Amino acid sequence: MVTARAMSEEKTEVVRPSYSPDELPEYLPVYYKRLFPYGLYYRWLNYGGVQKNYFCNREFSFTLKDDVYIRYQSFSDQQEMEKQIQRQCPYKIDIGAVFSHKPKDHKTVKPTAFQALEKELVFDIDMTDYDDVRSCCQGADICANCWPLMRMAIKIVDAALGEDFGFEHRLWVYSGRRGVHCWVADEAARKLSQNARSAVAEYLSVVKGGENKLRKVHLPENIHPSIVRAIGIVGQYFDDYALEKQDILGDKDSWQKALAVIPDDKLRECAMKIMEEKKNSKERWYSFKKEHQALLNGDANIRKSRHCLQEIALQYCYPRLDVNVSKGINHLLKSPFCVHPKTGRVCVPIDPAHVDSFDPFKVPDINQLCQEIDEYDRKNKPEITEGDQPPPKKRMKDYKKTSLLESIEVFEKFVTKMEKQWKGKLLEISDQKGDF
Amino acid sequence: MEFGKGKREKSQTGRKNRQKRLAGDDRNKAYKHRLQFYSIPPTENISLSEFEEMAINRLKVLKQVENIGIKFVKGRNDYNDVMEKELRKLMPIAVSQHHKDEDDYDAKRKDHISHFILRLAYCRSEELRRWFIAQELDLFRFRFLQENKESITSFLQANDLHYKPISEEEKTDKARKFSNSSYGINESVVTHMDFYKVPFTEALDLVKGRKVYLEKGFAYVPHNDLVSIVVSAFRAHLSHALALTARAVPSLEEDNRLLPMLTNISKQYLGEDYSNKNSKTGSIALEDIDSLAKTAYPLCMRQLHSALREDHHLKHGGRQQYGLFLKGIGLTMEQALKFWRTEFSKKMDGDKFEKQYAYNIRHSFGKEGKRVNYTPYSCMKIIMGTQPGPGDYHGCPFRHTDVKLLKQRLASYKIPAQGIEQIADLVKGYHYQLACTKYFELTHNIDKDEVSGLSLQHPNQYFDASMDIQSGKLKESKGGRFSQGNNASGTYNSQRSSGTQSSSQSQMSNTQQSANTSTATIVDEEGWDNFTGEDMEKLDSSVAMDTS
Repeated sequence: MVTARAMSEEKTEVVRPSYSPDELPEYLPVYYKRLFPYGLYYRWLNYGGVQKNYFCNREFSFTLKDDVYIRYQSFSDQQEMEKQIQRQCPYKIDIGAVFSHKPKDHKTVKPTAFQALEKELVFDIDMTDYDDVRSCCQGADICANCWPLMRMAIKIVDAALGEDFGFEHRLWVYSGRRGVHCWVADEAARKLSQNARSAVAEYLSVVKGGENKLRKVHLPENIHPSIVRAIGIVGQYFDDYALEKQDILGDKDSWQKALAVIPDDKLRECAMKIMEEKKNSKERWYSFKKEHQALLNGDANIRKSRHCLQEIALQYCYPRLDVNVSKGINHLLKSPFCVHPKTGRVCVPIDPAHVDSFDPFKVPDINQLCQEIDEYDRKNKPEITEGDQPPPKKRMKDYKKTSLLESIEVFEKFVTKMEKQWKGKLLEISDQKGDF
Repeated sequence: MEFGKGKREKSQTGRKNRQKRLAGDDRNKAYKHRLQFYSIPPTENISLSEFEEMAINRLKVLKQVENIGIKFVKGRNDYNDVMEKELRKLMPIAVSQHHKDEDDYDAKRKDHISHFILRLAYCRSEELRRWFIAQELDLFRFRFLQENKESITSFLQANDLHYKPISEEEKTDKARKFSNSSYGINESVVTHMDFYKVPFTEALDLVKGRKVYLEKGFAYVPHNDLVSIVVSAFRAHLSHALALTARAVPSLEEDNRLLPMLTNISKQYLGEDYSNKNSKTGSIALEDIDSLAKTAYPLCMRQLHSALREDHHLKHGGRQQYGLFLKGIGLTMEQALKFWRTEFSKKMDGDKFEKQYAYNIRHSFGKEGKRVNYTPYSCMKIIMGTQPGPGDYHGCPFRHTDVKLLKQRLASYKIPAQGIEQIADLVKGYHYQLACTKYFELTHNIDKDEVSGLSLQHPNQYFDASMDIQSGKLKESKGGRFSQGNNASGTYNSQRSSGTQSSSQSQMSNTQQSANTSTATIVDEEGWDNFTGEDMEKLDSSVAMDTS
């Protein structure tokens, strides 16, 4: 059992001025001027300069006021990027692929020659895709009762990417509103073909079937090790999340829905009976589990329903990826450290090791950050001694004055870990050159 | 293109060819194995008539492979039996095991050359390449699986495919994981079987279905599934080669005999191309759509339509599948925009629609971005393409619906109980397109004999057939649209032979043009099978970079 830190149900100590979307144009210039981590951001996307033109052939696209959308932006270096972002103050920045040419020149090259070559392998997990298994919220809304879905998603996908596929550099990011993104930045991942991307996404998709399928999870007789691992992770959350928070067997409607996925009629009827007899989700689930086990050990013919409890658990909890986002090399995805225009929250990286303590409602929003800088500066006003004393040489970075600090450290960890590898790689390359 | 040029000199006919054919030891060297990877193009000279004959023969084989694949589940016994029976007639080398290699020379040579001729014919568009690759792969897979262990080993050696089994220790170590990951393998089997460790990108088919054990980026493939990695290597090889060929064909020095023939060969593969039905555009009134949905839509589209009317929204997969179908039945872009706007704006403001959705609609009509005219989805693409997820209504209702639910729905559409059972049986046997055909027959009150030729391959074909019946045109069109897909003999396009001989100038330039434009459009296709698309992309961009 994971004891997740209580989230928004409890009143947060700090009384925050609430964010309103109208204020965004006022705060964005400050954010882009003083807080956006350009340095690290560039270090990430330049990938140590191992491949030439990697940064300047990268597509960025901006969403400006009134949903004006400009694609195919590109920058030759960090300075130009900073200048452009600060000049245009985009409401949203998307990162696209690395192209064969500078994206901003795409009109000057033959359309067939202008091709997306590489991109991080990305994943987009969105709470709206869980609407059929959430009893608390629908659509874009999230709350403390459904957020554990994202915790499970991060843990399960992160483990698979690392252990099964051997990818080491994974950046998880809160999307600012109702979901999470993952950027896999290993060289091998960036070079994956479209087919390989969809194969990875398929491998990670267990809940399948649209509105016309009740039973969306089918487990074979032998369960694949990666699913066994996922079932283990779901198990850590299931009691608290599914049986308490979501109360999936709480009333007749709910349990009928949950049990409808059992293929065996007799077993389903037997389960229904147990539901009527017991008084809450937890008791119902565990009594049924016991009964199911007994039937399996006996000679009852329920082979088709052998894994039905796991199937129910996975249908309610297993990550639901938006596979289209992962498949396309050319697909754009919102950049980390954007500000979500509706919530004002910054798209901050999440440390998968501490995913249980990550609370989306405590992610700083843009006006809070701006006030934190002001507050800090007010408290730590440099004492004015003599009028013409030069300002201290090393100014403190503004983000360090705010609650963004923690998130930037997660980001920095991700970038420095990669940099270690590039160093080796760059040495290799220069050695090879030395031979000639 | 060596191969193409070889044929340009075809004027020196028979005699020289026969000289070039090999004898004795050389013959065995030329083809080391019955099964081929088709790595090296043929270089001998052949006559035009032999060229055409070989092409038609292989085409018959591939058509048959396709048809059997639609009717039976690949890999099951009935599929294998029918494949064997048909191939024995059409391509004995694909099933014969006991012939001496010497006697096989001619058959191997035919296999070799005919494969390369069809590459020329089927390299010109995404659609053609996809079809060709799919059939060649099925044929290759079937043949590969006929071979015994020694034969496979020698095949792999002959083609430089080296897979080294992992050590016994590693195997014992992971036995449990292997047995849980791969189908039909228990721990005792593991000890007797070789396992190969390959990068996961070489075993994508297995990865996709979670049918192999993965660790740190490597897939541990049991000998039983070796076919999967060999086939995927074959696919990669073939799709890359086709991309190269597609670039080479337009610049082929040619004397007007070959290209028209190739074009005609490639035209014979399916039926109508629903992307260019300009004649029909504008023939449907928006007001009629609701009633057409009930009378003339296939079930997949009817379902999308009613979901749209109910929710005033469809997710991406649904918009693509339904939107392109609407284009195919003849909606103009203006009509399409109006149609979607009317429905979506019940739930969102018009402004949001214009910004988020209108672009995509114009895009699908080829009026935005790279200006590709997208083709409506075929049944195959719908059945094999992206599976619907939560909130989705796209896909094939026969493939992607719980049988129980499907029965209920059919009952609500007033399909007689007996018919529903027949459909359910077909679905259980994985015959989704036949189930759809049955549905068509039941909803159009056709006695079975009358449309026995109908083989549904495309939602728009369904719609057209339905409209024809409703307007009483059935009889005239019989044997035309209705028999397509079943026609494996390659005779239904009557232009074929005359076109080949005449090879007029205009045909020639058409060919060139279409070859050119197809290379330009391939990369834009929203490829579901994008082996070729990707190769093209890489290729195009690398060439462009060279020249810039």
